[in-house]
Amino acid sequence: MRLEHWWYAVPLRLRSLFQRRRVEDELDEELQFHLDRKIEGLIVQGLTPEAARKAALRSMDGLTQRKEECRDARGWNFIEHIVQDIRYALRVLLKSPGFTVVAIATLALAIGANAVVFGIFNGLLLRPLAVPRAESLWGTVYGEGSGWQSYLNYIDLRDRNRSFEELAAWNFAFVGLDTGKQAVPSTGYATTANYFEVLQVKPYAGRFFRASDDHGAGSMPYVVLTWAYWHAHFHDDRAVVGRTIKINKHPYTIIGVAPPEFRGTLLFGTPDFFMPVVDQDLVNGGRELTTRGTDHALFETFGHLKPGVTVAQAEADLNAVSAYLRKTYPKESGTRKSTLAHVGLTAFTRPVRAFVAGLMLLAGMILLAACANLGNLFAARAADRSRELALRLALGASRIRVVRALLTEAVLVALAGGAAGLWVSVSLLQGMSTWQPFRGAPLQIPVAPDARIYAVSLALALVSGLLFGIVPLRQVLRTDPYQIVKAGSSGPGRRITMRDLLLASQIAICAVLVTSSLVALRGLARSMQSHYGFEPQSTVLASINLSMAGYNSDRAPAMQRRMIDALQNIPGVEQVGMVNNYPPLVYTAAFRTNIFKEDATDFKPANAVSRPYKYDVSPGYFRAAGTALVAGRDFSWHDDKDAPRVAVVNCEFARRMFGSVTGAGGRYFRATDGVRVQVVGIVDDGKYLSLTEDQEPAIFFPFQQSPLSFSHMIVRTTRDPQQIAAAMRRRIHELDGGLPVETQSWKTLLDVVLFPARAATMALGVLGGMGAMLSITGIFGMAAYSVSRRLKELGIRMAIGAQRREVLHAALGRALKVLALGSIAGLALGILASRVLASIVYQATPRDPFVLAAAVLVMSLLGLVATWAPAQRALSLDPLTLLREE
Amino acid sequence: MSRPSDLVQGTLDLLLLKILALEPLNGWAISQRLKQVSGDVLQVSDGSLYPALHKLEQEGWISAEWKATENNRRAKFYSLTRLGKRQLEKEAAAWMRLSDAITQVVRLEEA
Repeated sequence: MRLEHWWYAVPLRLRSLFQRRRVEDELDEELQFHLDRKIEGLIVQGLTPEAARKAALRSMDGLTQRKEECRDARGWNFIEHIVQDIRYALRVLLKSPGFTVVAIATLALAIGANAVVFGIFNGLLLRPLAVPRAESLWGTVYGEGSGWQSYLNYIDLRDRNRSFEELAAWNFAFVGLDTGKQAVPSTGYATTANYFEVLQVKPYAGRFFRASDDHGAGSMPYVVLTWAYWHAHFHDDRAVVGRTIKINKHPYTIIGVAPPEFRGTLLFGTPDFFMPVVDQDLVNGGRELTTRGTDHALFETFGHLKPGVTVAQAEADLNAVSAYLRKTYPKESGTRKSTLAHVGLTAFTRPVRAFVAGLMLLAGMILLAACANLGNLFAARAADRSRELALRLALGASRIRVVRALLTEAVLVALAGGAAGLWVSVSLLQGMSTWQPFRGAPLQIPVAPDARIYAVSLALALVSGLLFGIVPLRQVLRTDPYQIVKAGSSGPGRRITMRDLLLASQIAICAVLVTSSLVALRGLARSMQSHYGFEPQSTVLASINLSMAGYNSDRAPAMQRRMIDALQNIPGVEQVGMVNNYPPLVYTAAFRTNIFKEDATDFKPANAVSRPYKYDVSPGYFRAAGTALVAGRDFSWHDDKDAPRVAVVNCEFARRMFGSVTGAGGRYFRATDGVRVQVVGIVDDGKYLSLTEDQEPAIFFPFQQSPLSFSHMIVRTTRDPQQIAAAMRRRIHELDGGLPVETQSWKTLLDVVLFPARAATMALGVLGGMGAMLSITGIFGMAAYSVSRRLKELGIRMAIGAQRREVLHAALGRALKVLALGSIAGLALGILASRVLASIVYQATPRDPFVLAAAVLVMSLLGLVATWAPAQRALSLDPLTLLREE
Repeated sequence: MSRPSDLVQGTLDLLLLKILALEPLNGWAISQRLKQVSGDVLQVSDGSLYPALHKLEQEGWISAEWKATENNRRAKFYSLTRLGKRQLEKEAAAWMRLSDAITQVVRLEEA
């Protein structure tokens, strides 16, 4: 049809659809006008008014029918037919409630899984930060890859780059926040003064700090609260603007509140407040801001790219500045490359993307399997209904009309399944987005559902409805009504039918899912038992940041020693140790240091021979942590500031640096500052940053030789950890009442490290379970169907003396063959797919005989379960009754 | 009474379009005009007129408008659209071809 046609037609159609009353009235009026004129004419011809009216009506040849024809002409038919189709489909579906429920539940599972995965994709990767022009906001990747983690480097980068409109930066601030009563450990952002200007966020109340406020450390004692913190702690009181609160004992004036939708520049969590980054050292008592070589003065540097600047150009620009810094400050600058990532996920973008892509792939497979499953069911049903369909065709229904009726059924089932799946997944996502997986860490999974999820689920439902709806169509379109009505069945079956293929591919998909989830489970089980290099059982950790109580790093060691002594005196405590910053495997926070050969003279990073993980520990740490001393001695309290520098190293370090574990004792190396250090002890290898890491070198220094005010006490005990934790808090408060203390078991803190693996395993487990369920319903459907289709044949076979085995073979042989083929294909694919899993799940080796055996076992069990009932039915046939029935 | 099927199929559309090409008319007037011009040969049932008109309207060939008649009653007047004019030309041409062909065939048989 040409455009002009629609120009006329569309308004008319819409009108008849939405102004039905009026259109009907007009039709009445038009016909009435005609009748009136006719009657007038007849009266003029001499008829009585009554006779004239009757004659006029007669001449209409059935007024009601004519009206109906007019309605038809208006295109009402289309809508009416849809309504008819829906009514018919509902009737048919309700007639077989079992089928309908199974079909809807299958789809609800599949679409629900996809909606959840899409929700995660949407929340983490599609939804940008709630700031203007988020798409042009890029940050330097955090971690080893960046090199912008010192404040001095940031200043140089800010002033020398030509790609960013303006550069801002921020770091985490873990501080004690005192709003009047007691300092409470809180997490905030320490930001550059231009942070909010770069983000172009407008304050909810008060104002933000500005670049013009910044005149160095202490020049802007201002703090901005996040809306959530303000809401929870100040009950939406706008009068708090102007009030003073204390951050690690230093007074700060609240100058504003951020808007509710702005929750910092990292998607995973909500900070409590924003403070100036230039005050970091003031508040924490360190020397981060003035150290160029540090890795952790800043978490992220970011800004809007100038219009027309590509990411590649900006990265080249960054690396040029980096080269300049390396030339100017060879001792402090590493040779690392800079890359950019969208602000929000920073360095996590790639792993998150890989993880979500993996999940989407698996969820997509679930949906495909479900569609294959339903396609099969619908095809079987269409075959059963071939007589009815043939009758409808014979009675004059157009093939299109029959096809439409079948598709309507499929789409109705799909929509119902989609709605159910969506409902489940939306409540799941809502739960996830308010869930705080770890106590003490402000982590969140920002996956609250939005309109996109509804749209995607609807689209998925429609597409899958059409997908499995078209499976039986070929069969219907091929139908010769005459043959079917006469013969009563759809003719001889072919050797390999479309349905066999569908079922086999469905089972293959499910086998892939089952295998992958087994691989993941096995990997998780292994990593739970892997060798940590310390013994997390029966320990309680106390996290103590002395700067929260106003101690600087010079005063810290003395206080820390007093605390260790106090804790050691608690009855039931076996050993107390202390480690600066974080113990191994806690909050994936581990720091490396550059180590040089003893004869090195130029201590620039490029000359370092090793970059081991570095820990500053107290005497007794190794015993408290349960790390075995292989050779040499532990630190003693004499290894202090004035004593010669010493170190304990792990076996890996000893091997790499000195060639052997036994030969390392007493040898020397040089630390990052060039000082000569002697190895006095060697300890067992372990895991430090993550469970997936290869064996890494690690080095331990006595904490008195590199003081820091933030540390963890490790208490090994035989008593109940709860009681010990309470006693620990009491003892420390006796020493300093204003010092916030947090206690947790090391085991609990390991949860953070295990979280990705656990989440992945859970997701894969759920998907694998769904796969298993789908294959059960698929095989069951086929087996039950093939038994019921061949009841008569089976009856005859039994009547003429077939054995049970032969009957079973005839009834189920095909289903089992398809199952075996599908499973083998799926297993092979699953082993291939597991290579992908290895990136998410620790120690995921697909060539594990345990996994293979388990997968085979699971698939056979599934087959057994699914064919049990149909087999029973085939065996319990009574040939006499059966043959009499027909 | 003559049913539309008595007319050669599709002819009613052609007749209506042709009549409306002359001037906009209401349904009653159309039925009168039909009788008048065809000299009662092509009698169209009053009943089948309206579905046909509605169909033409939906096709976009004619458009309707409520207007007052000469004796001041509201009536629905149909007029030809641009699309309708083109359709009329097409159908008229087709009809001419068809009737020529048929005429020739008929003459053949008589000879």
